[in-house]
Amino acid sequence: MSQTLAPTPEPGAPQHDPDELEGRAADARSRRGAWIALPPAAYLVLLFALPLVIVLVYSFATRGTTGQTILSDWNLLSYRRLFDPLVREIALRSVGYALVTTGISLVLSYPFAYYIATRSPRVRNVLLVLVMVPFWSNFLVRTYAWRVLLSSSGPVSQLTELLGMGQTRLLFTTTAVVLGLVYGYMPFMILPLYAAIERIDLGLVEAARDLYASGTRAFWRVTWPLSRPGVIAGSILVFIPSLGAYVTPEILGGSKTTMLGSYIVRQFLSARDWPFGSALSFVVMALMLAATLIYFRTGGRTL
Amino acid sequence: MTGPGSTVEPRGAARRLLAANAWLVYAFFYAPILVLIALSFNENRLVGVWRGFTFDWYGQMLSNGAVLRAIRNSLIVAAMSTVLATVLGTAAALSLERFRFRGRQAFDALLYLPVIVPDVTMAVMLLLFFVRAADAMFVVSGAQVRLGLTTITLSHVAFNISFVAIVVRARLAGMDPTLEEAAADLYASRWQAFRRVTLPQMAPGVLGGALLALTLSLDDVVITSFVSGPGSTTLPVYVFGLVRRGVTPLINAVSTAMLVASMVLVLASVLLQRRRELS
Repeated sequence: MSQTLAPTPEPGAPQHDPDELEGRAADARSRRGAWIALPPAAYLVLLFALPLVIVLVYSFATRGTTGQTILSDWNLLSYRRLFDPLVREIALRSVGYALVTTGISLVLSYPFAYYIATRSPRVRNVLLVLVMVPFWSNFLVRTYAWRVLLSSSGPVSQLTELLGMGQTRLLFTTTAVVLGLVYGYMPFMILPLYAAIERIDLGLVEAARDLYASGTRAFWRVTWPLSRPGVIAGSILVFIPSLGAYVTPEILGGSKTTMLGSYIVRQFLSARDWPFGSALSFVVMALMLAATLIYFRTGGRTL
Repeated sequence: MTGPGSTVEPRGAARRLLAANAWLVYAFFYAPILVLIALSFNENRLVGVWRGFTFDWYGQMLSNGAVLRAIRNSLIVAAMSTVLATVLGTAAALSLERFRFRGRQAFDALLYLPVIVPDVTMAVMLLLFFVRAADAMFVVSGAQVRLGLTTITLSHVAFNISFVAIVVRARLAGMDPTLEEAAADLYASRWQAFRRVTLPQMAPGVLGGALLALTLSLDDVVITSFVSGPGSTTLPVYVFGLVRRGVTPLINAVSTAMLVASMVLVLASVLLQRRRELS
C-alpha cells in the first residue's frame, strides 16, 4: 500500500521510513513461515523426494543373475523392455479397464448426482452422507464383499440359478474386475459431479425452457456444458486410481486380467527384478502426473 | 424453485428414471456390505449357503493369536502415524495459507505429489529407500535396521501429511483472517492470538484431517505390505493374505468387524461436525 500511495510525511511524524519498517516485518514473517514449513518439508524431502530419486536411479540399473541389483552399470535396458508385447498387453488392458470403469461410473453417477443436487438441502445432506459411509469403510473389505457375492456358490450365482439362468461364473473375469473398480472408485465421480451440478444457476435452465427449448435441448445446451468441470474432475479422479489398481484385480481377477499394479508388485516380491519394476512404476507415475496436470489445466480444483 | 411445478425438475418418465437410478446406485453401494455382514453370522462353513445363526466365527476371531497381533499392530501404527501426520500436516497447511516465504511454491508442489502418486509406486519408493537407508546405517554405525512397525509408521506419515494438509488448508482458507488481525490489534501476543483465535477456529479441520489420516492408515494394504517385516503384519495385510487364498467364514467375521469400526468412525465425525455447527 505505502509503495503505491507514497504519502507525504506529516510534520512531527516518527522519523522511521515506513517502507523499511514494513519490509523488516515482512522479512520476519517470511522467516517464521519458513520455520513452520521446515519440519513437514524436511520429512517429505527425506521420505518422498529422495525415495523418488532412488527409484529413478534403480530404473537405470541392471538385474544380476541371482536377482540382486547392480547399480554401477547404468543403461536403458529396463526401459527398452517396456515395449515387450507382454508389457504392452498389460498396459493396454489397464488403460482399457480404467477407461471402461470411468465410463460406467460417469453414466451411473451423472443422473445420480443430478438427482441429489435437485433435492431440498436437508434431504441432500442425508443422501450425501449415505454415499460417504460405504466409501469411508475399508477398501479391501468392500472388494472382498464382491468376492463373496460372486463366488461360485455365492448369492449372485444362487440367484441366477433360481431364475433358471444357470450358475454364473463371474469371479476372476474382466467383468468382476471392472465391477470391483466401479464399486471402489465411483464416489470419486459422484462428489465432484454433485459439486458442479449443485452450483449451476437453475434460473438459466428455466430461461432456456421459457424460450421454448425442449427439456433434452435445455439439458445438452445449458446443464451439461456448465457441469463439464465436474465431469472432467470426476473422470480423472476415477481414471487415475483405476489405472494403478492393485488390490481389486488381485482379489477379483485372474491370470488373464493382470493389471500394471500387480505386474509391478510381482517384479519386487517374486521376480526380483527391481530395475524393471522401478522403470515400470516410474512410467506409471509419470502418466498419472500428466493426467493430473491436464486436470489442473482445465481448471479443476477439488482433489 | 425445484418444486414439482417448476420447469427445471424433470417430469414424467425422466423423473421416475432419475429416482430409480438413485435407488439402484444405493442398492449397488449397500447390498454387498449387507450380504457380507449377514454371512458373517452364517453357521455353514460353505459361505454362500445359509444354515443358521451363530457367533462362532467371532469367537474364533477373538481367540486367533495372529488376528489379535495384527489388530494390535494396526492400532499402534495408526495411532502413532496419525499424531505425527496431523502435527506435520497442520504445520504445512499453516505455513502455506498464512505466510509467504522462499520456496513456498516448490513446497506446495511437493505436498501435492504424494496424493497423486499411485500406491504401488509409493510402495516401491519407500521399500527402496528403507533398503538403502539400512545399508547406509550399517556402514556408518553398524546398526541393523529392519523392516517393521517403525518403517510402516514412517511410511504412513509420508502419505498422510498431504491429506491432513489439504483438509486443514480448506478450513483455513474459509476462515476470516480479520479475527486474527483484530487479536493482534488488541495487543495479543502471536502465541496468544494463535492459541485463542486461530487454533479453536481451525480445530474442526485438524480433527477432520486426523480422522482421514486414521482411516487411510487403517486402510492401507499395498504400501504396508512392502515395508513390513516378519511379525509386523497389520490387519489389512493379514486379511489380504487370507483373501487371496479364498473365502472363509473367519474372514467374513474379521471384515465385518473392520466395517463396523470404520462406520463408527465416520458416524462419530459426522455427529461431531453437526454438534459444532449447532453450537
